Amino acid sequence: MYNYPDSTGHFGQFGGIYMAETLIPAVEELRVQYLRYQNDPEFKAEFAYELKHYVGRPSPIYHAKNWSDRLGGAQIYLKREDLNHTGAHKINNAIGQALLAKRMGKKRVIAETGAGMHGVATATVAARFGMECIVYMGAEDIQRQSPNVYRMKLLGATVVPVESGSKTLKDACNEAIRDWVTNVESTFYIFGTAAGPHPYPMMVRDFQCVIGNEAKIQMPEMIGRQPDAVIACVGGGSNAIGLFYPYIEEENVQIIGVEAGGYGIASGQHAAPLTANAKVGVLHGNRVNLMQDENGQITETHSISAGLDYPGVGPEHCWLKEIGRAQYVAINDDEAMRAFHDLCRFEGIIPALESSHALAHAAKIAPEMSKDKALLVNLSGRGDKDINTVARLSGIAL
Amino acid sequence: MSRIQTTFDALKQQNRRALIPFFTAGDPHPSLTVPLMHAMVAAGADVIELGVPFSDPMADGPTIQRASERALKQGMSLRGVLNLVAEFRQQDNSTPVVLMGYGNPIEAMGWDVFAQRCAEVGVDGVLTVDFPPEESHDAFEYLQAHGIDPIFLLAPTTEDARVEQVAKLARGYVYYVSLKGVTGAGNLDLSAIEQKLPQLRKHIKLPIGVGFGIRDAVTAQAVAKLCDGVVVGSRIVQEIENSNDATVIANVSALVNELRLAINQA
Ligand SMILES: Cc1ncc(COP(=O)(O)O)c(C=O)c1O
Repeated sequence: MYNYPDSTGHFGQFGGIYMAETLIPAVEELRVQYLRYQNDPEFKAEFAYELKHYVGRPSPIYHAKNWSDRLGGAQIYLKREDLNHTGAHKINNAIGQALLAKRMGKKRVIAETGAGMHGVATATVAARFGMECIVYMGAEDIQRQSPNVYRMKLLGATVVPVESGSKTLKDACNEAIRDWVTNVESTFYIFGTAAGPHPYPMMVRDFQCVIGNEAKIQMPEMIGRQPDAVIACVGGGSNAIGLFYPYIEEENVQIIGVEAGGYGIASGQHAAPLTANAKVGVLHGNRVNLMQDENGQITETHSISAGLDYPGVGPEHCWLKEIGRAQYVAINDDEAMRAFHDLCRFEGIIPALESSHALAHAAKIAPEMSKDKALLVNLSGRGDKDINTVARLSGIAL
Repeated sequence: MSRIQTTFDALKQQNRRALIPFFTAGDPHPSLTVPLMHAMVAAGADVIELGVPFSDPMADGPTIQRASERALKQGMSLRGVLNLVAEFRQQDNSTPVVLMGYGNPIEAMGWDVFAQRCAEVGVDGVLTVDFPPEESHDAFEYLQAHGIDPIFLLAPTTEDARVEQVAKLARGYVYYVSLKGVTGAGNLDLSAIEQKLPQLRKHIKLPIGVGFGIRDAVTAQAVAKLCDGVVVGSRIVQEIENSNDATVIANVSALVNELRLAINQA
């Protein structure tokens, strides 16, 4: 039986709690409180209520028939996380952590964000539960995801631009950790992906598992069986692990994580640590495959999508790769763009650029498969936030 | 006996407190690192904490972040830092040198190779900010095998049971982080330090150094009254940042000397 992480937060050699001493008691308190509420009937009922009435779950599964027909092979099904309130899977986790913060008496929440979807989700739940909210965002991401910056402000959050390092997601994480260490008693850090120090990878996974749990009921209702493969994009890995985890024990279902290939693995300009077999290292509280130079300095990544532009990846994905249960591949910027446009034109759905990576991989393998095969792709978010980026790449001024 | 223990034993006999300056190796330039170390010793430093620059210094405030960026731009690396310590040892075989930084550059080199190199070049202690005792088993064994002291942090948030755990693993001295925050923060609370130290002393028999947020001679003196060593980092790095190549040695010497005199009065 697959049963990870162990009690110290390790998935084999991966994971752990690599944090400065000041924060160790805080992550320990979080671990204890999460274990306390994880199976508490009242907590579970409140979480389920919020997911149903506030987020709008369950999210449907949609058969992308037009697109499947054009590709001429396997049928592609989409898990519609883009239809959630705030437009992405991120809200599932943000609500779970906010309910925990409420029980722990924390009135101030902080978050890091790349694409801005986790920032918007956190700002939303902070407004909903009456908490002060500070969101750290890389200055470069503020440029490329400007609609989300204004959304966060409308929701009452303070958005702090981060000017250090590569000015993207990893630097926003650094700055959020600096805030947490300074305000550790008053503040709950709502971490946005299935990475970071234990218990975050486990807790975020558990909150996101609603995706896979629903799909496991919905797919048999639609096609009488489980899909042949489940596919999701992997930044830190939260939407992916939310879909994958309930399928780990379904041995006939292939699990495929799609990383950001940027300009191509060979170019070195990508954000695909697993596909590129990046060396194992330590950053942001956990031991994972990490893009770094020969001196152990973290290298700058590149992806068209801000939400995937991160040099590491959650520890459970490293583990699933190591034990061979999941496979990880990379999709380049231009391939993701093509899938983005195809879904807009053939299905009337504007996908997030992050999700477009998962879509592109499905489009790559579907034609090689027979028409009775089924691929389930996690459509992790909607693409409204990306229209400026797409327009710019198409040479159009909005 | 290790250089760290020899140094603290001697200070204790003279009823003096250690002055422990920190700065980032390679800032403003690798060729100035060894001269700066010698100048600090001449001006009254007892132990030198040499920062190993890292691309993602999560526990550091803006001053030391900028120092890391400058050093990395100059091509500084862990290998380079070790070579600088070897160069320092050609003229100074008694002042303890402690490397302070983050785990990943060491992971990339491998703890076994790193510990061996530390022993070869004359590093005495290693403080890895993001490696708490829970994750330090391998690191600890390799360092111990080569006679290098693992230096651990304790914080205002550290509870009694953890202090006991750290006491078992720590060697050399223990570094008490004097505030909740990053390096260079301005919210140091003397009375909180005064309250915490007796709690630490119940378990910690090693010397206790206190650092983070000590920005002037008056504070250094007040902190020195409470502990065995005072660590001053951001203030020194700021002095380096505000100097040029011609003035940096004299300015840093003057600052270290001022801190020395203040601590001597404690
Ligand atoms: C829509 C969407 N999908 C995916 C991601 C990537 O994150 P994760 O790998 O944690 O799902 C993001 C992150 O911002 C996102 O906004």
